[in-house]
Amino acid sequence: MTTTQEPVHRLLGMTDDEYQSVIRILGRDPRPAELAMYSVMWSEHCSYKSSRAHLGRFPTEAPWVVVGPGENAGVVDIGDGWLAALRIESHNHPSFVEPYQGAATGVGGILRDVFTMGARPIALWDQIRFGPLTEPMNRYLFKGVVSGIAGYGNAVGVPTVGGEVEFDDCYSGNPLVNVMCLGILQREQLVLGTAGVPGSIAVLLGKATGRDGIGGASVLASSSFDDESQSKRPSVQVGDPFEEKKLIEACLELYKKGLVVGVQDLGAAGLSCAISEPAGRAGVGMDVDLDAVHTRESGMTAPELLMSESQERMMAFVDPTQVDEVLAVADKWEIDSAVVGEVKKGGTLSIKHNGETVAELPAASLADDAPLYDREAVRPEWIDSLWQTESKIEITNEATTLLELLADPAIGSSAWIHEQYDHMLFLNTVVGPGSDASLLRIKGTEKGLAVSTDGNGRLCYLNPRHGSQRLVYEAALNVAITGARPLAIVDNLNFGNPENPEVMWQFKETVDGISEAAEALDIPVVGGNVSFYNETEGLDIHPTPVVGLLGLADPMPKSPPRLNRAGAGMEIWEVGPAASSSQAGSALQRVIGNALSGRPTEPNPETARKVIELALDMAHNVPVLHDISDGGAAVAIAEICIASGVGADVVLNNPFSEDPHRFLAVFAPGKFDLSGDLARRLGTVGGDHLIINRKSIDLSEVLSTWRDAIPEALTG
Amino acid sequence: MKTAVIVFPGVNCEHDVVHAIEALGGEADLVWHRETDLSDFDGVILPGGFAHGDALRTGAIARFAPAMDEVIRLAGESRPILGICNGWQMLCESRLLPGAHIANRDMSFICKFVDVEVMDTNSVLTRSAEVGQRLRIPLNSYQGNWVDPTHSGRIVLRYINDPNGSQRQAAAVTNAEGNVVGVMPHPERGTDELLGSIDGNILLESFLHSLVPA
Repeated sequence: MTTTQEPVHRLLGMTDDEYQSVIRILGRDPRPAELAMYSVMWSEHCSYKSSRAHLGRFPTEAPWVVVGPGENAGVVDIGDGWLAALRIESHNHPSFVEPYQGAATGVGGILRDVFTMGARPIALWDQIRFGPLTEPMNRYLFKGVVSGIAGYGNAVGVPTVGGEVEFDDCYSGNPLVNVMCLGILQREQLVLGTAGVPGSIAVLLGKATGRDGIGGASVLASSSFDDESQSKRPSVQVGDPFEEKKLIEACLELYKKGLVVGVQDLGAAGLSCAISEPAGRAGVGMDVDLDAVHTRESGMTAPELLMSESQERMMAFVDPTQVDEVLAVADKWEIDSAVVGEVKKGGTLSIKHNGETVAELPAASLADDAPLYDREAVRPEWIDSLWQTESKIEITNEATTLLELLADPAIGSSAWIHEQYDHMLFLNTVVGPGSDASLLRIKGTEKGLAVSTDGNGRLCYLNPRHGSQRLVYEAALNVAITGARPLAIVDNLNFGNPENPEVMWQFKETVDGISEAAEALDIPVVGGNVSFYNETEGLDIHPTPVVGLLGLADPMPKSPPRLNRAGAGMEIWEVGPAASSSQAGSALQRVIGNALSGRPTEPNPETARKVIELALDMAHNVPVLHDISDGGAAVAIAEICIASGVGADVVLNNPFSEDPHRFLAVFAPGKFDLSGDLARRLGTVGGDHLIINRKSIDLSEVLSTWRDAIPEALTG
Repeated sequence: MKTAVIVFPGVNCEHDVVHAIEALGGEADLVWHRETDLSDFDGVILPGGFAHGDALRTGAIARFAPAMDEVIRLAGESRPILGICNGWQMLCESRLLPGAHIANRDMSFICKFVDVEVMDTNSVLTRSAEVGQRLRIPLNSYQGNWVDPTHSGRIVLRYINDPNGSQRQAAAVTNAEGNVVGVMPHPERGTDELLGSIDGNILLESFLHSLVPA
């Protein structure tokens, strides 16, 4: 494995101090297979060694939380015997090295996290971020990632019902590819990642193990990029959605028949993780025979078998009397299976290869004894100067400015992306892509589940604390707009190099911000993911937390608000505090001024609660509700007009303001009472022109500008 | 009267089809592709998805499943056979319908509502509809571009705006007898107002009305 004089542990991404810890735990020098296991399990990606000290601040408890952080996915009670499982993950680094497979295997991985819990995955959301599409490399990455998500998600048979896209210079050379998955299950089908009691048998299910993705977690996702990065291509995993589809169906049949004690998927750190974590959780040990592992190439060494991140594999822990039944189910679904181990008393993992012991170590030490760093955090001085010098865009013609915003690929129609994704499978998609939140019905019940995923690297760059609070408030308002009450959060924290004290400060502020807003709204955080080292050639990305928020509508509104339900004669209202003139961090600054400066408007927990309650009330009575976010009220009104095919005439103070806690409501005069100072009438729906402050645009021009935004940008 | 919905590894619309059939008062059972006897069933639906991961060609491996021998036998007995999306591709591979499918003209997957026009009501998919009737149902495919060098397929649904390059804008094609139909858009996805359309109901009702006791 060595190609230079560098010690092996450093090549595996391990520091000298960490190597000394391994020697202390074992009381001797590690064997090669043992060193391989510690290196992947103690990688940043698997051990959260730079973030763990802070993640404990998240509020994680509520009466409806069934499984909180620490398992493969969070699980919440949605009533009447139903549970929902949710999880979010990043696949940033692999997607830069190989966009199609990087994005595809990101989808595969998040699905396994969810069906590991006993749930059928019912929907996916992708949050993707790239450098500007004016650069050929960014167009290549963007197209590759979208094809990868489509290629895997469509074929595996789970609809992609929403997501978000953002373009900014800071993601050139470091795209972000996050993916969230939601599953549902009946309470009695819940399965945990435990190895069970001594005597249980470990059955490895799914695709044969190969040399792909070796060290994917430790080599790729736990260090920064430089000129050598393309040589890491062999560390990217390769996906096979057909194998995953069969694996999903086989596992669901195993759960239904009650044939498993516990299940763990093989993702980052592969077999090393899938044997040590369940054993550690159950306080047991295990004998594992690597010769039994089915492989697709011969001559794989023990470290390779233990580190491989070959996709579409699951480890099931089974009662010894039920092994034959488990193998029969695997056989029916035409997936490979192998009995690879047996659970033992005590806490020792004993691993054999070619008849010889290649590893003998305390199972729990791989997780529990992982290094923990409280890294230095320093508030950057440049924040103050950015706050003091807000770059202001002068608006002379609202109509022209609106068209410039609508032509931006992050604001214009997402159809080029979402029409490549099956977003209708399972007949649940009541409100789909291109809306504030997706709304899925649960057939056979009155319930609907809403999900909104929100990130805003620019706001968080200017103020990570308030920026991340605003993400929580916005996501909560988005689900409320569909009639769903916020229930649980998962977060994906995408950051630069944690060894940079300014990045660490951004990270700590973000954890505090999300925690404060989640506490203010009484929403538990049930899981998350941290992606550090999003840095290329020393340039860190903006701090980019992504919040995925699940809401429950019970009952779901009979006709939920939709953007396309506005009709001539209806009134347009703005609900929430009146917009200020701040442009800090706005789309206006980015698109028109290519600037990022100023101090964004502070969110307010009390206002957040009020507008959420109001939205929940209105969702059952009002045809159109729409969050005001990128591009302000002007863009939000344009989106309603486009979807409904009708014009509007409105008067807007600060039409492009993105101040928080605001949404639009459209309804027939007198249909809803919005008196008070938390709402104001903006104008009326009608005609075939969009008129803002007496500046008029033909609706067909609004539509074509918005519709062609991404296709135009892709022509270069 | 009972419809068999055949499940191949990799298909994914089987539950949606059963749901839509049952919502219309019909009866449908999921049948594994290794089944060798379909004589209890009055008709067959091959649902959409990615059978065998689209390996080789779409539908190319599914065609050799034991259940397909039965489908071919039932087709010969004039029983209603409907292939949706991937199911149509299987019917072409089985030579029950002419032609084959290639990648969409723009080389990308398309998932969206499309408008189709009923061209011919002499088929188990369209017998309850009227010629000229326009329906809005979702398309969801990468290889929906039908080519038929024999020009023998009878088109029963036509796209109003050509989305994928399909020959003669064909969205659904039947055999001479009208009992075997392949359709690219998904009728089962157009069966609920809450999801945007109920135009698929008339197509599935046509199929259910075509069933006669075995």
